[in-house]
Amino acid sequence: MNLFIEGFGWIFDPKHWVGGSSIAVRLGEHFQYTGVSLFFAALIAVPLGLFIGHTGKGRGIAIAASNVARALPTLGLLAVLILSLGIGLLPAAIVLVILGIPPLLAGVYAGIESVDPQTVDAARAMGMTELQILRKVEVPLGASLIFGGFRAATLQVIASAVVAAYFSLGGLGRFLVDGLAQNNYPEMVAGAILVIVVALAVDGILAIIQRFVVPTVSSGTRSTKRTARGGAIPPVAQSRTLIKEGQ
Amino acid sequence: MEWVWTNFGLIWGLTLSQVWLSALPIVIGFVVSIPLGYLASRSRVARSILLSVGGILYTIPSLALFIVIPVVIGTSLLDPINVIIALTIYAVAIMVRSSADAFASVPGSVQDSATAVGFSRAQRFFAVDFPLSGPVLLAGIRVVSVSTVSLVSVGSVIGVSSLGFLFTDGFQRRFYTEIWAGIVGTLVVAAVFDIALVLIGRALMPWNRRATPNLARIVGSKRSLVLRK
Repeated sequence: MNLFIEGFGWIFDPKHWVGGSSIAVRLGEHFQYTGVSLFFAALIAVPLGLFIGHTGKGRGIAIAASNVARALPTLGLLAVLILSLGIGLLPAAIVLVILGIPPLLAGVYAGIESVDPQTVDAARAMGMTELQILRKVEVPLGASLIFGGFRAATLQVIASAVVAAYFSLGGLGRFLVDGLAQNNYPEMVAGAILVIVVALAVDGILAIIQRFVVPTVSSGTRSTKRTARGGAIPPVAQSRTLIKEGQ
Repeated sequence: MEWVWTNFGLIWGLTLSQVWLSALPIVIGFVVSIPLGYLASRSRVARSILLSVGGILYTIPSLALFIVIPVVIGTSLLDPINVIIALTIYAVAIMVRSSADAFASVPGSVQDSATAVGFSRAQRFFAVDFPLSGPVLLAGIRVVSVSTVSLVSVGSVIGVSSLGFLFTDGFQRRFYTEIWAGIVGTLVVAAVFDIALVLIGRALMPWNRRATPNLARIVGSKRSLVLRK
């Protein structure tokens, strides 16, 4: 427990807030990695997820993406990719983009897929074009799952960026890895505290955004199906299950 | 490929510690989650508390948790117990949600009939609720299993030996074969665990053989479906 106090002492020591590897710089790097990677991951995963969710084509890709992402060890993936791409900001960004895509893709796909086909058909019968259906019906109704995918991707990227410090990358993970290498426990614990605070703060902010901005679907939207045992599955559980198919 | 054969002893040893380090959290996580999940399925308050605490713990990046745990419980940094505890925490965080949903999926009419024919609460739990929620529990523990196996390797950054050693060592030696051996090894362990769980499920739930593909889709947590770390 004493180490916690030393860790906090390390964080609040003014000399760790100035210079080229100060806490502020590392914090900035971490947010930079996360922001840039999420942007490009979204650029790839969102259109792809919308397409797969809307058309049902290539569902295998979405399912495989979420399964593979769960099974592949991040550390190994980082080792291979950074070794082949070289150390630097660009390779790091590429690795983090790759790691951010699967959760985002799975979330977007599952969100669109979770919309009741009857609702979509009703929209189509009213004369909406496919793009209008996607924009005005499927995205709003699937928004909470889509946003859930975005939250998961954000945390995935933040956590992977920490591990990436082992492979000479910047960011908050540096304090963990450097502290470990030099047996500097206060620095290491300080790094861990910073990482935890950042992860919780970012997730907390996203949770608040989700609560106030993202529309939630009332439970009556989806017709309740019956299980093989005759029990009703709650609508939310049904939509969640969709990513699981094929396992 | 030749490297793999000459170093088979090393790889096998690391595989065994990988198995050990992931099997314990999966088993302990399952056992701990059952009562918690049952509690969460019976009370709204318990559900929201358990799920929020689980969500917060699951948010903590693994490497940070591996370092904080020894500080909290006073073990040495290199002690594998830290990794086991951290992964158990993640397993419980995922599995409580799954098991809460699993118990909630048991039809109320069936529970009422069990009570009507004279089952006590405990009897009903073991003879009715637990077996009927089996397929959903199985689906949940399969998710836990796969993500636990892949997370174990991060422990090698802090020096807890597993197949992850091949990643850190291979990186330092700039040796791709070694890293790939580690990745393939991890995937094989994950696959073997998954097959084992499915087989255990079949043995324990023979009545469910045909219904499984249908019910296995009901997995508790959307968050558990989308892997992080």
